[in-house]
Amino acid sequence: MGKRPAFDEIMGMDGDTPPRPALAALGRWLEETPDDELRRRQEAAETTFRQLGITFAVYGDTDTRERIIPFDIVPRVFLADEWSRLSEGLVQRVEAINAFLDDIYGERRILKDGVLPEDLILGNPQFRPEIAGMRPPHGIWAHICGIDLVRTGPDEFYVLEDNARTPSGVSYMLENREAMVRLCPELFREYRVEPVDSYPDRLLETMKSVAPRGGASGPVCVVLTPGHYNSAYYEHSFLADSMGIELVEAADLVVDDDIVWMRTIAGRVRVDVIYRRVDDDYLDPLVFRADSMLGVPGLIAAYAAGNVAIINAPGNGIADDKAIYSYMPEIVRFYSGGEAKLPNVETWRCREPQALRYVLDHLDEVVVKLVDGSGGYGMLVGPTASRAEIEAFRAALIAEPHRYIAQPTLALSTVPTLADSGLSPRHVDFRPFVLSGSKGVQVVPGGLTRVALKEGSLVVNSSQGGGTKDSFVLMADSPYQRQTQTMGGMTQAQGFGV
Amino acid sequence: MLSRTASSLYWLGRYIERADFFARLIEATVRLDVMSSRPAGEVAWSSALAVTDTEADFAAHGGELTQSDVVRFLTLDTSHGGSVIRCLDRARNNAKAVRTALSREAWTAINRAWLVFENRHRIGETQATLSLVEAVKNETRGFEGAVHQMLRNQSHWFIRLGQAVERADNSARLLDVKYHILLPEGETVGGVVDRDQWTTILQTVSAVTAYRWLYSDGLTPANVIDLLIASRELPRSLVASSEITVDILGLLAERTGSHGEADRMARMRAARLGRTRSGEVIASGLHQYLQAFIRENGQLHEAIGRQFRFV
Repeated sequence: MGKRPAFDEIMGMDGDTPPRPALAALGRWLEETPDDELRRRQEAAETTFRQLGITFAVYGDTDTRERIIPFDIVPRVFLADEWSRLSEGLVQRVEAINAFLDDIYGERRILKDGVLPEDLILGNPQFRPEIAGMRPPHGIWAHICGIDLVRTGPDEFYVLEDNARTPSGVSYMLENREAMVRLCPELFREYRVEPVDSYPDRLLETMKSVAPRGGASGPVCVVLTPGHYNSAYYEHSFLADSMGIELVEAADLVVDDDIVWMRTIAGRVRVDVIYRRVDDDYLDPLVFRADSMLGVPGLIAAYAAGNVAIINAPGNGIADDKAIYSYMPEIVRFYSGGEAKLPNVETWRCREPQALRYVLDHLDEVVVKLVDGSGGYGMLVGPTASRAEIEAFRAALIAEPHRYIAQPTLALSTVPTLADSGLSPRHVDFRPFVLSGSKGVQVVPGGLTRVALKEGSLVVNSSQGGGTKDSFVLMADSPYQRQTQTMGGMTQAQGFGV
Repeated sequence: MLSRTASSLYWLGRYIERADFFARLIEATVRLDVMSSRPAGEVAWSSALAVTDTEADFAAHGGELTQSDVVRFLTLDTSHGGSVIRCLDRARNNAKAVRTALSREAWTAINRAWLVFENRHRIGETQATLSLVEAVKNETRGFEGAVHQMLRNQSHWFIRLGQAVERADNSARLLDVKYHILLPEGETVGGVVDRDQWTTILQTVSAVTAYRWLYSDGLTPANVIDLLIASRELPRSLVASSEITVDILGLLAERTGSHGEADRMARMRAARLGRTRSGEVIASGLHQYLQAFIRENGQLHEAIGRQFRFV
């Protein structure tokens, strides 16, 4: 597979040109810092992550050792104007997702108006008829969204998928920044970077804003985790800790008379808001999977009675579904009255015979995904797949076409990354985090950049060996570069005639 | 605080203390075996198994009473609950389950102690053994320091409570077993005893120098027993551990309003120990005394669980 031309976010469209003007200083820093020094700092960061136990387990992996996600020292940078355009698109999309969920579990106007085929929703395993008619406080369903984006050019961003269930990765955003500030302070002297550390406060604010009641000392908020064997447990504990609220497991909660209580050393305490990191299926054995040991019997009844807020709301999986994703432009138009500011990636729905024919004819060119898949599992990347893999997918597609969608293989942008041979471009994607509370929608200025560490690979998922980078969002109200001593000591100030 | 959290913190305190005690005991036994004028050999290693209550497991495991076999068994063997690695595993699992109640430093110290054992499958020679237990001691000491720096809140007190209960048990066990090995049937204290063994006891509770400060008349068994039972100055003595337990329960009661059976038991025990004369204990039967103490400590442990609703 030859290298396709890709946009490098620091070096621009073609690797041999000087870096993009606004990022000249970063280019120089990469130029002037020896690889060994970068590697030393990167290893220091990874040592810290290992000691803190920022680890994850890969399901189905025979190696039970905990692994850290590889960290890359070269940051990814968004300019202020790029970020503000992105933010607008993200807010619009998340508002539409919330409106869509509220509609689907309520009046279903979008179905009545014929914008979406009815069976796509009502026959979808992600649709939860059990909760139809329940309405969360303030009509907010997706309080925390992680919207996965890819980039193919200076202003070409596409939404790859919407994560409205229990998006993870925010702890990496915060820990990566922590590591960068410690290990590369000179970058923060050079660039004014928007801080991300207000995220836990904003999340707690969001939780409190949807509390159905405030106790005497404000609403009681908790984080519900499946427990410390879950692969994202570090993040659950990190968030509870940084918000200063209890991290509870199902056994710590009991529902009595439609009220949720937690068991404490001094007796029961009433709970008002639950940020759950447990999937719908396991949330309440009385309503969903009866064999769940991770759930709280009676939780959904307490939710239906309006006695507790659940974040994110049960039933959101329908918005994560990749078959629904392909209709997002129509969904955004239906609820916002305007065109989507952030485009989708062109998508063939294999459930439609014509699309299926096209996909089967172009399997070596497209990416095929399961509609309900995640984590990079069950995916075919046509251009890099073997004959056998392609034929296996062909059979699967013919057998169950409705379970798949396909997309063109995009020339994802790259960012210089420290590889064994030195700095070299690697493909990245991006997951910003969008919070929706009763006071509105906000985007935290940063996010999680995932990077495919294998040369030419487009698969960034940590379960498939991807790594992460810090994501800088530069502040707007200043020249990009401070007019101070530059890092190399050569004080030739670069002007930016922007 | 969640009952589950309190229970995990308490157990975390117990397991870290136990790992530290085992490491000390191994170190002291190695010294006894290798460095004393007459190698103590099998007796030393069988007494280490007795103190850690792992004789039956070791017999089932089929090793020999040699340094390398017993040390491997007490440090790296995951087939029984009495090895350092299993104690650290349990401590770390409890710590993970309550990460939010721990400071970053406290968690990191536990994780680092656990990482000492990662990918370690061989025990190596004496030097390697000593550096392994040294590493464990360093990390557990780091943990104790980190706990000391934590906010003085319920989390802190529950860890300290587990530590105090474990410490009382360990010291009583150490003294009881050693005393039996040292004092064959019919011997009286002060008779023909092996000096090195008594020194081992002091080393295990890191009190060799302390002993010199407190007792001016050389190494005598009666003084060692007095130090371990009735000396308020030695943090690992029975009386000191008992008094710390009372204090911590008092602080928890202040914080949580939970005051009950455990407080009463702990206060009675501390008051009784405060009046104890080690000479009288020796005269009326040290073994019976220590066995009763270990039993009572177990009852106190159960009362704590009931009082704070540990599930």
